[in-house]
Amino acid sequence: MSLSTEKSTAKIAVRGLTMAYGSYVVMSDLNFDIQDKDIFVIMGGSGCGKSTLLRHMIGLLEPTKGSVHYEGANFTTASAEERARFIRRFGVMYQSGALWSSLTLAENIALPLEEFSALPPKVVRDLVSYKLSLVGLAGYEDFYPSQVSGGMNKRAGIARAMALDPDILFLDEPGAGLDPLSSHRLDDLILRLRDSLGSTVVIVTHELASIFSIANNAIFLDTETRTQGAVGNPTELRDHSGSPGVRRFLNRGIETAPLPNSPAHEP
Amino acid sequence: MVGAAVKNDKEACPPRAAWIQDADTAVLRLSGDWRREGPLPVVEGAVPAALPARYETADLGVFDSTLPAFLLARIRAVAGTEKPPLDGLPDNLRGLMDLALAVPEQGEARGPPAAASDLRKLGKLTMETGESVRLMSEFIGLSVLSVFRFVTGRARFRSTDFWLTLQECGIEALPIVSLISFLIGLILAFVGNVQLANFGANIFVADLVGIAMVREMGVVMTSIIMSGRTGAAFAAHLGSMKANEEIDALRTFGLNPFDFLVLPRLLALVLMLPLLTIYSNIIGILGGMLVGAAVGIPPVLYWTQTLIAINLTTASLGVFKSFFFAAAIAICGCLHGMHAGDSSAAVGQATTRAVVASITAIIVLDSLFATIFTLLEI
Repeated sequence: MSLSTEKSTAKIAVRGLTMAYGSYVVMSDLNFDIQDKDIFVIMGGSGCGKSTLLRHMIGLLEPTKGSVHYEGANFTTASAEERARFIRRFGVMYQSGALWSSLTLAENIALPLEEFSALPPKVVRDLVSYKLSLVGLAGYEDFYPSQVSGGMNKRAGIARAMALDPDILFLDEPGAGLDPLSSHRLDDLILRLRDSLGSTVVIVTHELASIFSIANNAIFLDTETRTQGAVGNPTELRDHSGSPGVRRFLNRGIETAPLPNSPAHEP
Repeated sequence: MVGAAVKNDKEACPPRAAWIQDADTAVLRLSGDWRREGPLPVVEGAVPAALPARYETADLGVFDSTLPAFLLARIRAVAGTEKPPLDGLPDNLRGLMDLALAVPEQGEARGPPAAASDLRKLGKLTMETGESVRLMSEFIGLSVLSVFRFVTGRARFRSTDFWLTLQECGIEALPIVSLISFLIGLILAFVGNVQLANFGANIFVADLVGIAMVREMGVVMTSIIMSGRTGAAFAAHLGSMKANEEIDALRTFGLNPFDFLVLPRLLALVLMLPLLTIYSNIIGILGGMLVGAAVGIPPVLYWTQTLIAINLTTASLGVFKSFFFAAAIAICGCLHGMHAGDSSAAVGQATTRAVVASITAIIVLDSLFATIFTLLEI
């Protein structure tokens, strides 16, 4: 397996990543580390490239420059077989839910279980019910994605992402479109998953409430400079960041002066 | 939306924007009622190169979005203005203008300008054609690899997907294939009979219908029906899966979307189209037989004559071709579905392209086969 030149102990390391659609550069020179068992948030204004960054991290898009490393191994330059091995350890929830529309919610969650394990049908059924219960959808097993609401699709998408108890969970705007109670439940679920299964969680979101209550590390993508505005603990960034743009974002547009004690994580 | 000071007199004043040169600064005097339903605004005075230093709005009546849109267009037309002066505007209008100007225009996000010269368009077309040929070749290659993986037992797909597709492009296609084939047989017999009756040789209608059906018409008509029915369905289904990120979801579970989605469809159609072709041939001959009976050829005689005309080689030609046509329909449908854009309009375009491409492929392949069979004297 090819190793990066600057080997890192981080779970995920992004090095000099530049993302572009043709000649339009979305973000350039992103550098950050995600440690094991982190709940890491990718935040920034809408349209700044948060989901694009996530897609680069899971290998759906190829970077123009730079690379993504998992546990020191270079994912960007890895061969198809090596990549497939990494991808097996991912659980991904897409912005739209992206459930397979010709399958019921239960079949959606069962499919990866059936493909990658030799469990008897009864065990698969129990696992599916358990995963659906975790996201508050017990009893909706036989509904098709088109028969339930957008928020429920999203929650089922999270249940599917958790199907194989992934090592790293990627969630693209999980809280958007959820009611406050479901949103709170979801935060709780993410914390519990991290604590009980030891998963590393990468979340794209701009829900400030969940950012402050669950994230221990975050990257802020700056639309104006088209690069990372800051990396660090969100609460510290809010109070101490040297960048007014970051403070404004995390204070819902209110201009504040940085509090004393300069942050440790500022790049 | 109506704002500003509402005047008591109900009489509508036409909207006016008058440029006034005051010392060395420009002043824009706005007056009248600015409404969508009202007359178009009248611009008076020479429009200066710079933005107005202030506005006069004493005579401004009611306004809707047309006024802020007019002002914003003027401000955007003068490049490089960070904070344009908005002095003199009423508070509500000023608030709207502040909001519209809060985030600077992202010029780069507009995308490249449309191709201008004919030469550039020709170049673009050439590159697009080259790209689609490359995509098609790549897709055929991937299909072959996928079939190879299937044969060696390494391809993964849901067997229910396969059986469902088999049903969709098999049994469910029978009614339309029956109707079309029967009518084609009927038409061939009618047309043939008119000509052959001139020579008193109308028994040879059986030869004509039989040979035409089993060599060409059966397989070509069935393939065209299937490309409109099944090929379009493949493209629409895969296209909407792509638009809905469902294909990405397969990929991030480490499942090969090609094996998972294309392979069962390809296999199902390659299995079913030859069977449908045989069925279509028989139904076409029955159609001819009906016309024969109507013009005085007894069905038994018609059937015997048909058996004399068609030998096993002739009968197998259509079925042989149907394997290739089936692969062409499945590949065109799946290719355009998998490469559809990410919107519902793109799914429609993908479906159209799939049907056009598969019908073209069928006819081109058929003429190729006709040439080869002629050279081989079959």
